[in-house]
Amino acid sequence: MSVKEEKKNPAETAVKEKKQIAAKLIPIYIMGKRYEVPEGLTIMKAMEYAGYRFIRGCGCRGGTCGACGTVYRKPGDYKLQVALACQKTVEPGMYMAQIPFFPANRAQYEFTDLTSTPEEVFKLYPELFRCVACNACTKACPQGIEVMDAIAALKQGNIAEAARLSFDCIQCGLCTSRCFGELAQYHMFQLARRIYGAKILPRAEHLAEMIGTINEGRYDQILDELKHVKEDELKKLYQERESEPMAAGEDWKPEDTRYL
Amino acid sequence: MSLAYYPGCTLKTKARNLEEPAVASMEVLGFKLEEIPRWNCCGAVYSLAEDDLIHQVAPVRNLIRAKEQGQDKLATLCAFCFNTLKRANLLMRENGEKRDTLNSFMDEEMDYGGEVKVVHLLEVLRDEIGWGALAQKVKLPLRELKVAPYYGCTLLRPREVAIDNVENPTILREFLEALGASPVDFPESTRCCGSYQIISNPDDISEYARDIFNSALSHGAEALVLTCPLCDYNLGQGQKELMKKHNEFKEMSLFYFTQLLALALGLDPQVCHFELNYGSPGSLLREKGLLS
Repeated sequence: MSVKEEKKNPAETAVKEKKQIAAKLIPIYIMGKRYEVPEGLTIMKAMEYAGYRFIRGCGCRGGTCGACGTVYRKPGDYKLQVALACQKTVEPGMYMAQIPFFPANRAQYEFTDLTSTPEEVFKLYPELFRCVACNACTKACPQGIEVMDAIAALKQGNIAEAARLSFDCIQCGLCTSRCFGELAQYHMFQLARRIYGAKILPRAEHLAEMIGTINEGRYDQILDELKHVKEDELKKLYQERESEPMAAGEDWKPEDTRYL
Repeated sequence: MSLAYYPGCTLKTKARNLEEPAVASMEVLGFKLEEIPRWNCCGAVYSLAEDDLIHQVAPVRNLIRAKEQGQDKLATLCAFCFNTLKRANLLMRENGEKRDTLNSFMDEEMDYGGEVKVVHLLEVLRDEIGWGALAQKVKLPLRELKVAPYYGCTLLRPREVAIDNVENPTILREFLEALGASPVDFPESTRCCGSYQIISNPDDISEYARDIFNSALSHGAEALVLTCPLCDYNLGQGQKELMKKHNEFKEMSLFYFTQLLALALGLDPQVCHFELNYGSPGSLLREKGLLS
């Protein structure tokens, strides 16, 4: 496991902290063991409250890194529920365990050699066609992604659609943990987004133009000047800079247009 | 008139030469093929094991997608998808116990009881447009093109899903006649191409292909017309193998029925994607004055 119970007795900790926290305590079960934790805590904080210290299975604490995938069940409900431990608040009687990592093979490839054809994905992930459309992946996604539809898009060779549907994927791997066909959906989606971003989306022409302008030295002088400004003067320049108004129209321009 | 349509995965990749001419042709014939949203794999092959319900989930889910759209009919192009969807539909209509099991497994979907009718595009052409009306729309009759109808299995077997007489089908012959072509009947027209044996017994496939091509050739055919991407693959690959092994083997062109339809309706041949076909369909069509 990637979580470790600290040596001191968690019950003891709970008793000590109970006096300081006014919140009502509710029972939860972490890997089958009962703990009383204050209601309103996230699963992650509740586990820490119960005495667990995370050395893995915990990353951004903001719902975007995908490190703290958690499965749980509620009393009287046969359905398996999923959540990110840093996002979901505890509920009375929930039985839970973290699945911070789930083994899934990631294909090896030299990205520059790949084309944008569907066959590239088929060759690297032939297990794609083991999908039986059971939809367990979608039900397991804490991000609400239509995982099965994105897999269907890949089978249809629609890399752009797979990239679009899977855009919010944080690669927590819960889909993969539930897959009847043993697919590694999140790795397939990553490949789809890479191919889409690098080989399907049109290049932004204005970006190349802007890089050209920078390389020609248009901003060298002003940057050089800024580098040598005293701290107080720099603060003043920053505070007095002209900002774009909140409700500016498309055609808004600053008064000083020298660097546009 | 709009018609709910299920393409199938292969039609979006390897068999665009089956789909694109169909969509364009149906538009000319007054039907807009409306792809159902969020469709999945058809299941690829109908599972025969009595208790293997998990492999019925994919086809049934597609039928639910059609029902969700308020459609009572779903048209298919790929003969294999047609077979899988229609058989799964029959299961949902006729077997209450399995219907309940599948519906409760898919608790995130609306219940389904076989309400949608699964049809193949050839049935739409025959039953809703009619051969006479189709013949009237033909701008470039495929005169002198000697084509043998190759049905394979999945449009005709098992009997309960057949689109025509199981033993002696005529639907492709009538279709070809409406386009002005010269259909060539041959005894192997409903023989199996070998299907997924291509994976485990590829040598058998070229043997089947040899019998099919030899029979078609000896009855005077210059090309085969197909409805199934797997038949196309097996006959195409089988033919390649035969040409390697036997010097005397003559290559025969393979067409999807929709390509001949689009050509006869006078559509831009580019929509037919002949470049994706096995054989040299272009040279045969040019020889017949059907392609410039």
